[in-house]
This record gives sequence, structure tokens and C-alpha cells, in this order.
Amino acid sequence: MKNEIIRILQQNARISDTELGEMLGISPQEAADQIRALEEDGVIRGYSVILDDEKYDKSAVYATIELKVTPQRDCGFDDIAKIIMMYDEVESVSLMSSGSYDLAVEVKGSNLKDVAFFVSERLSTIDGVLSTSTHFILKKYKEKGIFIDNEEPDERGMC
Amino acid sequence: MLSVIDYEKALSGRVKSIKPSGIRKFFDIAGTMEGVISLGVGEPDFSTPWVIRKAAIKVLERKHIIYGPNKGLVPLRAAVSDRIEKKHGVRYDSEKELIVTVGGSEAIDLAIRGLIDPGDEVLVVEPSFVCYAPLVELTGGVAVPVPTRIENNFKLTAEDLRDKITDRTKLLILPFPNNPTGAIMTREDLEPIAELLRDTNIIVLSDEIYSELTYGRRHCSIIELEDMRERTIYVNGFSKAYAMTGWRLGYVAAPAPIISQIAKIHQYGIMCSPYISQNAAVEALTSCDAEVAKMVDEYNVRRRYLVSEFNRLGLTCFNPEGAFYVFPCIKSTGLSSEEFCERLLYENKVAAVPGSAFGDSGEGYVRISYAYSLKHLMEAMRRIGLFLEKLEAEKNEDKGSC
Repeated sequence: MKNEIIRILQQNARISDTELGEMLGISPQEAADQIRALEEDGVIRGYSVILDDEKYDKSAVYATIELKVTPQRDCGFDDIAKIIMMYDEVESVSLMSSGSYDLAVEVKGSNLKDVAFFVSERLSTIDGVLSTSTHFILKKYKEKGIFIDNEEPDERGMC
Repeated sequence: MLSVIDYEKALSGRVKSIKPSGIRKFFDIAGTMEGVISLGVGEPDFSTPWVIRKAAIKVLERKHIIYGPNKGLVPLRAAVSDRIEKKHGVRYDSEKELIVTVGGSEAIDLAIRGLIDPGDEVLVVEPSFVCYAPLVELTGGVAVPVPTRIENNFKLTAEDLRDKITDRTKLLILPFPNNPTGAIMTREDLEPIAELLRDTNIIVLSDEIYSELTYGRRHCSIIELEDMRERTIYVNGFSKAYAMTGWRLGYVAAPAPIISQIAKIHQYGIMCSPYISQNAAVEALTSCDAEVAKMVDEYNVRRRYLVSEFNRLGLTCFNPEGAFYVFPCIKSTGLSSEEFCERLLYENKVAAVPGSAFGDSGEGYVRISYAYSLKHLMEAMRRIGLFLEKLEAEKNEDKGSC
């Protein structure tokens, strides 16, 4: 049940309790309870929206920044990651298992300069950050399982 | 002088007399319109599992693409035979009792042509897929509809069947899990049918193409019942279960005296089924059970959603236990199923198939396929809701004016 709820919400988190209940063969109240339990347990951390920035904000700039950092005594990479994640510009922070860098940081800015300055003035100046490498994102095709580019037309016939 | 050819004279009378598919008509209209959302298809929206596609690529890279044996590749026939035995506990000899066909469609055609002489009667359980009666008519046989009813959950009952059997009855076409109703037959449902047939020389053509797609209980085949293997032609295929429609692969299993005869039709008409597909299909049977289960789970979510949505909107919807269709009743709207589908298409841009396309007993119903993503289905249901509101408003207006 848990897995099915999550699978459905991942496709569309705005689905109503009634609809979710119908899909799972439970009452709307039970569906709401199940979701609340998942939220309370911290399994579901939040809900967001997936945008096509080509349509919403054409000038927005996204970048993935690879950070090499010195792990700190007792807390490894957590401290630095927690500093980085407090910035509003930062969309995601992940610890990587890679030979060449440690943290992957996704940043959104309103223009190229914004992002470049954010990296040079905010990220690279953090104690323990050894180096940064910035990759600008030109186009997103799919995000969180949702197609951003137009889907292929359905060629199936009626038979 | 201009030479004029008379195509009317040139063409076969039998061919001219059969009707084109009623499903096709709506598809053709929908194709000319912008922004139509379809609920019409009869094939999975999933991709063929990757291991199957990989197997096909390997064949293309490493093998000569040949005709192969008439009845199908030996390893595939062996795998099919094992699969039927695993599912139904019934063994078919892979050499003498099996043919790999070009989809379940060819298997149905082979069975009908192999059995029917002009004047023979074929009992066609309806509503059902559109191909049976036309194929019977092409052989000069007579298709006798055996309607099923919503009161019986669209199952075939011995009472429905008994009156239709005559001295000329040769074949019963038993299409369960059913397209378009989604009905299934349990062992208890099949037993009275088998009992009725045991004293006759009637053969059953059991079209079980949707056998892997059942929700809640396992599909039971009539071949599992006592004395029924010897009087049944079992048809199945890869299209629906493994999302392999375009690979064109099915199979027919039957007692050797039948297979040895219909193998000739296959040999002369088709020669052999596609070699690449056959190689890949071995993979489907040996390593894709988990993938199929995943697809079934997803279909099930959609099925439950549609059934309760239609009921909520006031269109009584029978709870289907198989295939990937729901079959809501639209009689409350006062429209015929064709009118309903035509107006739904033109006014709210949703394409569905009128139940009447599947036989007269389908009148008053529409077939809704759920071989679509939830997102697609939810948008379609929103539009159908608007359409029904409009119909309701029209009704009230009519009442007000008189």
C-alpha cells in the first residue's frame, strides 16, 4: 500500500484523497490517513512543482557545481553540506561517491552572473571547500520522472 | 477506347459482404481532430521489457534472419509448452500440438478456417472482439451470437448457450478474459459449460490473450477441466501480457489431429512467424514474470480508479476482473452507444469505442481502455464529467420546455 501511494504521488502529488482512494480501493479518509502517516514518519518530506522554465522563466540559469571539500573532524561532510543547503539559491545538495569531488550542489540563479558570483563569493569561500567546478545546464528533458520536453505522439491505433 | 474494370465483379462476394470494424471508424474521425484524448486503444502503453528488446538486438547482430521452422522455433515452442503446463497443469507436445503464429489473430483465423465448412454454425460469445464473426463469414460459416448479460457479470452461462446449439454447431468461441467487458470465467463458471459440451462434438476456441491480466484472482482455462483439453483449441500470445503487440507473435495449442491440419494453412498462408520476434519471445517466457506483475499492478490502480469514477458520475460500471477495459453502461443518458461516443468525441474530445462495435449485446455500453497513464485517464474523466453534466442540463431543459 505504502509503495503504491508513493508511486501514484510521484506521478501527481496533487491528486485528491478521493481519487487516491479510488485507485487503491480504500476510502478517502483512509487515503488521507495513510498520507498523513507517511508525512509524520518523515517519509514524505514535502511537495513541489516541476516547471518548464522555457515557459515560466526563460532567463533562469541552473548549474550543477562539483565541490571538493576537506572532511571535518567528527562530522565528515555534514557540517559543510548543512551550511551550503541554507542558501535559497541552492536547490539540492548531495554527497557523492566519486574520486574527483565530494558534494554536488544544484544552484538556480536569475542570470549567469548571479550563479557565477554565488559560486565564487559564497561557496568557494566556505572553510573546507578546496575547489569548485561549475556546469551550466542548457536544457532539461525530464525531471523527477516528469517529461519537460514534449512527449512523443501516441501512435497506437484503436483496435 | 478506354478499358474499364469493374471492381465490383472482380472482388469476392464474401469479402464484400463483411463489415469493416466499428472500432476503426471512431479512430479515423479522431485522427482528423485536434486535441483529442483517446481511450480507444487495445494495446499496452508500456514498453516491451528491456531484456526482450535486448534479445532481439542480439539476434539482429549475430544471426542470419531466416524463415525458421514452419511451426515455430524449437526453443520457443518448448518454452510455450512449459508455460501452459505451469499455468494450467496441461501438457501440449511442442512438436505435434503447437504452432507459433503471427499474433493471436492468426491463431484464431487458423482455427476457424481449419474447422468450418459452408453452412456450419459458430457460436460467438458477445460482446467480444470484432474479428470472430467476419472470419467465420469468410469461410461461409454462420456466426451465431451468444449474448452475455450484465446480470451475470458478462459471464457465459449454460442457459445462454443451450438454446443456441443445433446439429450444425461446430465451434464455440470463448473469449475470456473478455475484451471489451473485462469479464472473466472462474472454474465454477466454466464447469456447466464444459458439462454441456462433453456429450457433443463441438470444439471450443478459447481465446485467452488477456490471461495474464487479471486482478484479484488467477485466470482459469477451460483446458484445465476434465475432458476439455481434447475438445479445445487454446489461443494465446505475447501482445498484451508482455507489451509486444508490434512483434506479432501468438500461439495455438490443440490436439494433434487439429494442429496437423491447420498447420497446412499456416504453412501456405504465412510460412512462419517473424524470426526476430520468436527469438526474443523466449526471453519473455523465461525471465519477465516480475515485469508482467508490475504492469498488472499499475493496470489495477487505473482499473479501480475508472470503475469508481464512472459509478460516481452516475454511469453504472461493472467491476471487470481482467483485460484492460472498463465497460460502463450509458443507458441512463438516453443515447445509443454510438451517439454517446460521437457526441463525446465532437463536443468534449474524448474518443471511446461504442459497445455496439462488439456485437448487438454491447449496445448501451462504451468500452474504455485503461492502457493509458493515470494523468491521461484523469484528464479524460474530467472531460467525461463535463460532458455528462451537459447531457444532464439538456435533459432538464427538455423537461422545463414541456
